Amino acid sequence: MRFLLISLAALQLAVTESVAAGGIDPAADARAFRKFFVEKFPNVKLDDFANGPYSLNEDMRRQWEEKEQFPPYEFSLEAGKELFAKPFANGRHYADCFPEQGIGIRQNYPRFDQKSGQVITLELALNQCREANGEKAISYTGDDMAALTAYMAFTSRGKLFDIKIPDDSRALEAYENGKRYFYTRRGQLNFSCATCHVQHPGERLRAEVLAPALGILNAMPIYRSEWGGMGTTSRRFITCNSQVRGVPLEPQAEEYRDLEYFLSYVSNGLPISGPGSRP
Amino acid sequence: MRTPLQALIRCVPVAFLVSGAAFAASPEADFRSAYGRADAAEQEAGRLRNQWLATEAALADARKAAEKQEFETAIAAAKEAEALAKASIFQATSEKDAWKNLEIR
Repeated sequence: MRFLLISLAALQLAVTESVAAGGIDPAADARAFRKFFVEKFPNVKLDDFANGPYSLNEDMRRQWEEKEQFPPYEFSLEAGKELFAKPFANGRHYADCFPEQGIGIRQNYPRFDQKSGQVITLELALNQCREANGEKAISYTGDDMAALTAYMAFTSRGKLFDIKIPDDSRALEAYENGKRYFYTRRGQLNFSCATCHVQHPGERLRAEVLAPALGILNAMPIYRSEWGGMGTTSRRFITCNSQVRGVPLEPQAEEYRDLEYFLSYVSNGLPISGPGSRP
Repeated sequence: MRTPLQALIRCVPVAFLVSGAAFAASPEADFRSAYGRADAAEQEAGRLRNQWLATEAALADARKAAEKQEFETAIAAAKEAEALAKASIFQATSEKDAWKNLEIR
């Protein structure tokens, strides 16, 4: 037994060392990420990257500013507020599952849970809350999840992304997995996330202006005219995979959660602007 | 008592029937073999978390054609699916290191 424990400890140490030896340095990544976009778009204010394509295209920005007078996500925001306040069958609420009663906390998600050793996104946390209170999980791509996350994002508007990577080799691995997913080419079109959002932001892909990867999740969830409704981060990732002719993973797959962890971490310091709207 | 010639004559229709049946079964067998190879490759792509929509579509086309007994079409679709699945495996395998070329440093 003692030998087994020593072996396990040695294995854990080896894993930690191999991660360190692999040169995983999220802080350095985030600095390089930010520098890349700031230098590529010297006329864009740093905070404005949270507004996606509107930070890069004057015409679209004017249209968006007018649209914000009567934003298309408003109905979802109202629905989200009601859903958030509605008690579960056991009398408890979503608010009971979150710090600060769930108000103004969007900027801290995703977070790494050291108990379970996995990345917990806001969407996953909402369903974990439901299940812990005897309710069925709701669809990660459906209107209710979009509405709930829209409301929670709205209460966090202007707060700066503050994603933590604890001193835990599993958290570093999750971050690195997310980074790898972001840069890996996939699908029949042989595109990675970076192909569009690092190599070609600001350029048109058919009628769309591609958003920069820096700050790309700050506006989530979003109303998309193309969808004719609201969409969660899960829906966005799934759509991206389909658009490059890949079979999407299941919503909230480990890869997607790790990707969200990576993208959110490298956008630390940028304000939450969600819910957003896109063409 | 049959003569050898009579026995031979009696055997000829049977031989035709047997060879005819084998001939008729072979397109289906060829399809099953082609589909099996394509499906195995697609499952491998699934293990690598890198399946393509076109592969799934080609596999579905193969199944539909086979249901209609259109084995020539079914075999062609299965072969296309196998080629697509192998391409997605190649992509996933080569990207194990190649992703670093795109990394912002």
